[in-house]
Amino acid sequence: MLMTQQDKLMGELKALVEQHGTHRNALIPILQDVQKRYHAISDFAMQTIADLLGIHPVEVYSVVTFYAFLNEKYHGKFIIRLCRTISCEMAGKAAVARQLENDLDIKFGETTSDGRFTLEWANCIGMCDQGPAMLVNDQVFTKVTPEKVHDILEACEKAFGPHTMQTEEEHVL
Amino acid sequence: MTTIMNDITFSTAEAGAGLKAALEKGRADVIGVVRESAMRGRGGAGFPTGVKWNLAAGAQGDKKYVVCNADEGEPGTFKDRAILSEWADLVLEGMTIAGYAVGAAEGIVYLRGEYTYLVRQLEDALEKRREAGLLGENIQGKDGFNFDIHLHMGCGAYICGEETALIEALEGQRGEPRNRPPFPVNTGLNGCPTIVNNVETFAWASMILAKGPEWFKGIGTEKSSGPKLFSVSGDVDKPGVYEFPMGITVAELLKNVGGGGAKAVQIGGASGNCIPACEFSRAIAFEDVSTGGSIIVFGPERDMLKVAENFLEFFEDESCGQCTPCRIGNTRLLEGIRMLQTGHCSMKYLQELCKLGETMQLASKCGLGQSSPNAFLSIVKHFRNELMGRACVMVCK
Repeated sequence: MLMTQQDKLMGELKALVEQHGTHRNALIPILQDVQKRYHAISDFAMQTIADLLGIHPVEVYSVVTFYAFLNEKYHGKFIIRLCRTISCEMAGKAAVARQLENDLDIKFGETTSDGRFTLEWANCIGMCDQGPAMLVNDQVFTKVTPEKVHDILEACEKAFGPHTMQTEEEHVL
Repeated sequence: MTTIMNDITFSTAEAGAGLKAALEKGRADVIGVVRESAMRGRGGAGFPTGVKWNLAAGAQGDKKYVVCNADEGEPGTFKDRAILSEWADLVLEGMTIAGYAVGAAEGIVYLRGEYTYLVRQLEDALEKRREAGLLGENIQGKDGFNFDIHLHMGCGAYICGEETALIEALEGQRGEPRNRPPFPVNTGLNGCPTIVNNVETFAWASMILAKGPEWFKGIGTEKSSGPKLFSVSGDVDKPGVYEFPMGITVAELLKNVGGGGAKAVQIGGASGNCIPACEFSRAIAFEDVSTGGSIIVFGPERDMLKVAENFLEFFEDESCGQCTPCRIGNTRLLEGIRMLQTGHCSMKYLQELCKLGETMQLASKCGLGQSSPNAFLSIVKHFRNELMGRACVMVCK
């Protein structure tokens, strides 16, 4: 029998709920896992999780839209979050931001058309002594210069092989 | 990514000494020691730790929780990142001591999503402690003392550093602060008595048990005992994490970090106060200029209006939107900043904005809204001449 994309997602969500439990406290860890695997939390996923946890889908939606690291909109394989807070700003974040936009050909808040990169602002990532700082997925880069931006993006491109298409992604740079 | 540090007392901690000393005492005596040290919370609010523990110990509940607030999000703060990288064991030991003192069996480290790169290291540390019998059942042979710790990841929300918002997040809700009372020590996570302490607080608690309250009290001032870690960034020669006794003056601190010639210092992060050079003799302590550890230094060339703009952009973005003074107030203040930038703000309107700021301090529901106008108000107070009457120029972003 042919399995649809939705059947597959439903199966994975059921497994996640089994792993984390059906208690309301499990909602955010479940959503974090969905975000990591699918780079977005779709309406269908929200509805399914709500059904499995026995809560209204609006409850799930309200949580997804509250947190910066949970998104309805598709986010790229590499989410670049440049710190915009004061110490990084004083250390020259504006030039790094401009270069990121130039090299990726997108603005902040956008995703490249090939779905590889999303560019976002972050509020203070705790690297104020070594700014400008940014996160690429979970990895932190400090003292970033406009010149280094290219190298970092290049390293991401190289890491973007067929193996990164697996559902269990390990973003190794 | 190496962080510059001075000599930090945590390096001298003897592994396990705090927990060993605690388990030799009764629960009430452990709390007694922490009370005796007069330590106030290291996260910024400065609530006496011993009092918090005592309230939770006395509260009725089948279950109790010990939560470590590692949601360090205040702009300019990174000491907790350094502590968790270098001395995670000391923090976990402090949590275990707290678990013993208040009668909790479950500890949670709420780690901000931005610090996901620390997860593996922390999980390893937890596993090692379990293997060594420092977590689990009948810890160190103490009959009936069961305690374990797990990690919970944050999702990128500054507001979750506020303890009731953090608890909401742990419960799978939006991180919107609760009304207080009831306080978490009575009605916290899942309705159970819960203590929420900062990363640094747990580390010091562990050292206080090991070295005694007198040692801790012997450092700092009468009202602000002990040493404190500071995250220093901005226009200084040596930005990094520094330990100084509470009560150090701004000038002394600047001398130690190479911050000569500074025009102003932001103490306490975006929610703190901006101190101009003429007030550098003030003491950094709960009774004078209070801080959770964030020190941002501004050199003579810095435009204070841009500083205020940056802080308000931060708050406009991070306000949870639950209460009106904070949600609308921060937006209005930011608009005011933009008017000042283009030279379109009358003195009368600026005064109105300051009144709005004061209203926000009084009427906001939680610490975020109550403290978000601080930077704006102190910058307007001290640098009014710099802000007013600007020529209309295109602001290049």
